[in-house]
Amino acid sequence: MHKKTIVELAAGLKAGEFSSVELTGHFLERIERLDGNINAFITTTAEQALAEAAVADEKLKAGDAGPLTGIPIVQKDIFCTQGVKTSCGSRMLDNFISPYDATVVTKLKQAGVVSLGKANMDEFAMGSSNETSFYGNVHNPWDNERVPGGSSGGSAAAVAARMAAAATGTDTGGSIRQPAALCGITGLKPTYGRISRFGMIAFASSLDQAGPMTATAEDAALMLQAMAGFDPRDSTSADHPVPDYSASLNDSLAGLKIGLPKEYFGEGLDGDVRTSIEAALAVYKGLGAEVVEISLPNSAMAVPTYYVVAPAECSSNLSRFDGARFGYRCDNPKDLEDLYKRSRGEAFGAEVKRRIMIGTYALSAGYYDAYYLKAQKTRHLISDDFKQAFEQVDVIMGPATPAPAFKLGEKTDDPVTMYLNDIYTIAANLAGLPGLSMPVQPVNGLPVGLQLIGNYFAEAKLLNVAHKFQQETGWHRLIPEGLD
Amino acid sequence: MQWETVIGLEIHTQLASKSKIFSGASIAYGAEPNSQACIVDLGFPGVLPVLNEAAVDMALMFGLAVDAEIGSRSVFARKNYFYPDLPKGYQISQFELPIVGRGSLTIDLEDGQQKVIGITRAHLEEDAGKSLHEDFHGMSGIDLNRAGTPLLEIVSEPDMRSIKEAVAYARKIHQLVVYLGICDGNMQEGSFRVDANLSMRPKGQQELGTRTELKNINSFRFLERAMNFERERQIDLLESGKTVVQETRLYDADRDETRSMRSKEEANDYRYFPDPDLLPVEITEQRLAQAGERMPELPDQKKARFVTDYQLSDTDATLLTQSRQQADYYEQVVATGADPKIAANWVTVELAGALNKAGLELTDSPVSAEHLGGLLKRIADNTISGKLAKQVFEAIWQGEGDADTVIEAKGLKQITDSGQIESIIDEIIVANPKQVAQFQAGKEKLLGFFVGQVMKQTQGKANPGQVNQILLKKLKG
Repeated sequence: MHKKTIVELAAGLKAGEFSSVELTGHFLERIERLDGNINAFITTTAEQALAEAAVADEKLKAGDAGPLTGIPIVQKDIFCTQGVKTSCGSRMLDNFISPYDATVVTKLKQAGVVSLGKANMDEFAMGSSNETSFYGNVHNPWDNERVPGGSSGGSAAAVAARMAAAATGTDTGGSIRQPAALCGITGLKPTYGRISRFGMIAFASSLDQAGPMTATAEDAALMLQAMAGFDPRDSTSADHPVPDYSASLNDSLAGLKIGLPKEYFGEGLDGDVRTSIEAALAVYKGLGAEVVEISLPNSAMAVPTYYVVAPAECSSNLSRFDGARFGYRCDNPKDLEDLYKRSRGEAFGAEVKRRIMIGTYALSAGYYDAYYLKAQKTRHLISDDFKQAFEQVDVIMGPATPAPAFKLGEKTDDPVTMYLNDIYTIAANLAGLPGLSMPVQPVNGLPVGLQLIGNYFAEAKLLNVAHKFQQETGWHRLIPEGLD
Repeated sequence: MQWETVIGLEIHTQLASKSKIFSGASIAYGAEPNSQACIVDLGFPGVLPVLNEAAVDMALMFGLAVDAEIGSRSVFARKNYFYPDLPKGYQISQFELPIVGRGSLTIDLEDGQQKVIGITRAHLEEDAGKSLHEDFHGMSGIDLNRAGTPLLEIVSEPDMRSIKEAVAYARKIHQLVVYLGICDGNMQEGSFRVDANLSMRPKGQQELGTRTELKNINSFRFLERAMNFERERQIDLLESGKTVVQETRLYDADRDETRSMRSKEEANDYRYFPDPDLLPVEITEQRLAQAGERMPELPDQKKARFVTDYQLSDTDATLLTQSRQQADYYEQVVATGADPKIAANWVTVELAGALNKAGLELTDSPVSAEHLGGLLKRIADNTISGKLAKQVFEAIWQGEGDADTVIEAKGLKQITDSGQIESIIDEIIVANPKQVAQFQAGKEKLLGFFVGQVMKQTQGKANPGQVNQILLKKLKG
């Protein structure tokens, strides 16, 4: 059952081939058996999942089921879930039981999904390898010695190892697309504002965006359908109509204009990854698409811009974790200052502290203009690059990451090298554009991700372009050895 | 040396919205601690602010009232600092692009002159909670009911040159925001808080002296006292060759002094930046026009109208328009047909005096405008004398009914029947032959004696004009 996509599972549930309780039990058994080596889950909610499955079965019997009714998924532990620990991968929230559900959680519940638990992640979504989690590394299902990517590493690994039919993720600088690429699944970061951020613990508010992580583009369309939409509780959510994402999946790609930014194929790109990307482009040409070279001249500024904007916002967003009202509090604080210093000092990990320090510095009196304000300006330039590009092409393609999954511990000593892993994904966040990563031809048994970037609110187009590729190829159906 | 005082005020007005500025929680005063703080106010992980548009409209009304520049775009910013009563570790406020830009307000000085005080800006922000330091066994309690309450911070230019001017400006702002209905003006409950920036400089010097900021002032009386104390303190320092330290000082009303709270060196670097959770507020022409339509008549306009329409003196018009409630009450009395000047007198003297004595606000007056109008009508049509009117007013105050009911019940109706008055006077003349003789011999002062006798007989109900007229006719033969 676990090899099936959501679409296939939904058909099986409807046809009565298996029940949601059976399906949920099957995934729970796989988690029990496999997750010891992968560590994709921080929390499993077996009892709750089976109860939700039973409700779903009632709906299926009554003929009252939607496409996601009874489908077991996992929520990234950044989404607040009422009555369930919501840790954000941090010691700071190890004792935090959320009193409310995030909008994404509410919407997926309404769509009838079964939640198996909460997925491991980099602490407060800060990381590209899932090595900053308080709950330990996540191991890449394709190679136990390698990272799954981050920050949605647990979500990606859970789907890749088929311990869940789908997962939710969040993407601030590539945190859905990069782990999707390294774990060989399909991950979509929608347009900024497409999905509500309410109840999603903030890292960098102007960049954070939730999205689905699935085996296929077709499944991603179903998940996005349930997650997207305006939310009056999030002022930055878009009051923009939500189309039927499944309706256009099979549209012809004849005449599609694909832009290849020359900056994404330069130095630093692994040769084998380049070969895989080129092979994928050949498939698109075969489908009638036209491939043209374009330029995004300010690409080199994306990483430095991001590492001013994101830390600046996070330094403020994480101020609420002060030991006063919820979360970690140090033992026997001497006074107020001691309470703040030790609670935060003891509960935040090194990467979180590093970014809070960078962000605090960038916003300080006398430095604001040189860093934060300048970063806002370069951010505009980056957005303008894309605006011009989309006057020429329908979709932009390139590698999702410079190389396949790296080894655990390989980059932990050098933050800058680690940051460069997001060099192709960050620009879409800065511009607020939708981006998707999906598996193409692997390199030495490791998955490689092709990234698609679309214009604002062009999620349907991205899913269509990805789905057509997946109709022609089988890379998305590969399952790591020993896990099938 | 001759010293000149320079004062600028920062006034925090709590906006009279139903709910908080970024959440749906109530802002009612005096609830159980933390019973009016939702997850947004508590700064829980994942929550987001949503702007209460009513607060924006109230700020716009203020901007229009002080003739301020109002930009088409306004931005919320985060002011970052750690404090237990600040749940998010930052306050959502405004830094660049406040909702209300440069404006001005004209104040009346004691010598009858007017002065224009510049308003630098007014911006929207959320209030913090309260720390409670008693009854927690060495710990502090936090009440977050107030956290997220909408505030409009009104910043003046350092345009005031005396403590009297500063108090007059603060009072005028208070009157204005209460008139506009955007603030309840309750200083005891902290709805209207004044911080004073005060510095001294030798008279004639252009350059400003070092200022201190005075906080924790919750009445106009304390504002005046705090500034007086601080003025003297600074002069003493300067005259003994010392310098004033730029700092924030707390006013202690019990000791009537200001005390250092924190110096400039200890001040936070607030690291302001635009709040990414909130979109910029777009102020369209249409929205501004709608705010204008909601504007009530302002105190100065109302005063001018009272002088013209009701032929009132400047003093009466000023008194009556001091509060919107009083002006409205007055106009309701006049609407019953009462003479505007007599009505003004009754509202500002008799009613105001009675309310003051009873310690009541006009809104709690036991005498309604209709009742007072009814009373004035009976004076005008001679049903009762002016003297008895006070007795009737008393009875209405005590809840004994409207003027007609009281007059009827107490039999206070004025005697205007000439025949009846004449016969009473005849009896009195017969009963007092000695006084009649004296009067006729030229002692005309005795007329008062006869009037008194008539009033005694009639319990004051006889029409005084008629009594005088008939008495004179009878006595002089």
